[in-house]
Amino acid sequence: MCYGWGMLRRAVVFVAVLAGLVALYEGYKWIWESAGFGWPFEVNDRTMPHTWDIVGQLFEPSRRNGPLLIEVLWDAALFTAKEAAVGFALGAVAGFLIAVLLVHFSFLRRGILPYIVASQTVPILAIAPMVVVWLGGRGLPSWFPVSVIAAYLTFFPVTINALRGLESADPRALELMDSYAAGRWAVLWKLRVPASLPYLFAAFKISATACVVGAIIGELPASIQDGLGGAILNFNQYYASSPESLWATNLIAALLGIAFFLVVVGVERLVVRAAPEELI
Amino acid sequence: MSTPAPVVELRGVRKQFGRGGVLALEGIDLEVGAGEFVSLIGPSGCGKSTLLRIVGDLTDPTSGEVVVNGKTARQARIDRDYGIVFQDAVLYDWRTVAKNISLPLEMLGWERGRRTSRVEEMLELVELTGFESHHPWQLSGGMQQRVSIARALSFDPALLLMDEPFGSLDEMTRERLNMELLRIWEQAASTIVFVTHSIAEAVFLSTRVVVMSPRPGRIASVVPIDLGRPRTVETREDPRFFELVTEVRELLRAGGAELAAPEEVEA
Repeated sequence: MCYGWGMLRRAVVFVAVLAGLVALYEGYKWIWESAGFGWPFEVNDRTMPHTWDIVGQLFEPSRRNGPLLIEVLWDAALFTAKEAAVGFALGAVAGFLIAVLLVHFSFLRRGILPYIVASQTVPILAIAPMVVVWLGGRGLPSWFPVSVIAAYLTFFPVTINALRGLESADPRALELMDSYAAGRWAVLWKLRVPASLPYLFAAFKISATACVVGAIIGELPASIQDGLGGAILNFNQYYASSPESLWATNLIAALLGIAFFLVVVGVERLVVRAAPEELI
Repeated sequence: MSTPAPVVELRGVRKQFGRGGVLALEGIDLEVGAGEFVSLIGPSGCGKSTLLRIVGDLTDPTSGEVVVNGKTARQARIDRDYGIVFQDAVLYDWRTVAKNISLPLEMLGWERGRRTSRVEEMLELVELTGFESHHPWQLSGGMQQRVSIARALSFDPALLLMDEPFGSLDEMTRERLNMELLRIWEQAASTIVFVTHSIAEAVFLSTRVVVMSPRPGRIASVVPIDLGRPRTVETREDPRFFELVTEVRELLRAGGAELAAPEEVEA
């Protein structure tokens, strides 16, 4: 019973917040338009299309006699999702392995950690073309470099949080393992990894959205037309005549990020038994 | 009566933290026989927990000899001769009660069927049957500590090391668990070294009480406890019990120790 009410209350809050955001957007648009404010930018149907026009655009043909925009974007989102998911998997595994390595060889940590931090200060747009050049034309699928770029954004939060989580084990729990003369692997699998799960999932939530951003950006230098990145580039050229298309594409990109986030939350509920009730 | 082979032999054990640092223990000589229940008592800073950790090879002595079951402490640890119970239960939150108890059995490579039946036995021993699929946070402090004891005893270690296991529990729970521990000790025929702040607890439980004095930690005196067994609620009202409590208290005071309150937690 309580569960049912909780769900209902959550749904109501969700709808109310969504309505509030739409109202805020439309209200701003209405005031700025009717008052003719020019600051910070002039508001009209080109700079800020109506929300209903954006959603409506999804159900218009994407080009003359072509499929509906939502069909085109759905396919693009699936394509980008594939890149992002592969990137997430690569990044999560790599990030976790780096953390395990650094936990066990503390002398490496001071040497390597600065470079891991530095890796994230280099803009992804500067790295992406190189990754495309390195990995292109090797019999790998053409979207694979995009996944590697997504992985590049994924691994960092995983490494940092996994490091923290692997070290979060109670010192006495470690002594207990010592008293059983437990080896490194036993300590890792039976104590450190389970203790790190709440930290890991916090990282996965950050990475879930980061890998989608990575995939979309990665599509640009890779000249991949089939994903959301390609769609954004394309509709950007037609912004003057059809701004709603780009806005609609952004909406779908945001929804894809949310979907990735929710998958992580769902998996966390299954895996982390001790997790608190409310995670979102 | 033949003296049983000692399980623990300490000779000239000395422990200094860091070079030129605090001298925690000096000149410790002690033997613990098989089947004994020996309590270490003393004020905060007398090194009793450190001594326990040296016996369990969780820390090394600076000098001196530690022999457990005729082996070095390290070899004894590798042979899984120790069951350890800390002041807090130190259960793994992500494991159920049953899974917590079977943790050391997994380390020993027991197969599943054997683990399950042993866990059942242990749950019965600590009277927690029916709680096997609970998680630690669903249990009271006393119940958690019983799980911790079951875990320590599950693989029949030669020696049970207990570091103020009931120190964070209320007086009622503590007295009940004292009774339970004695029953378990007799049933499991184990050897126990027990660290405590409580004089009454030490006297009630032990075959011998080792009184320690601080700075540096030394053994001030060893008091054999000649109370009959089985020890019951009435034991605590026995005049001999009071005499022994008084004797230990005076030895502690003579050792220069400001008497620590039983509930005081060692830093």
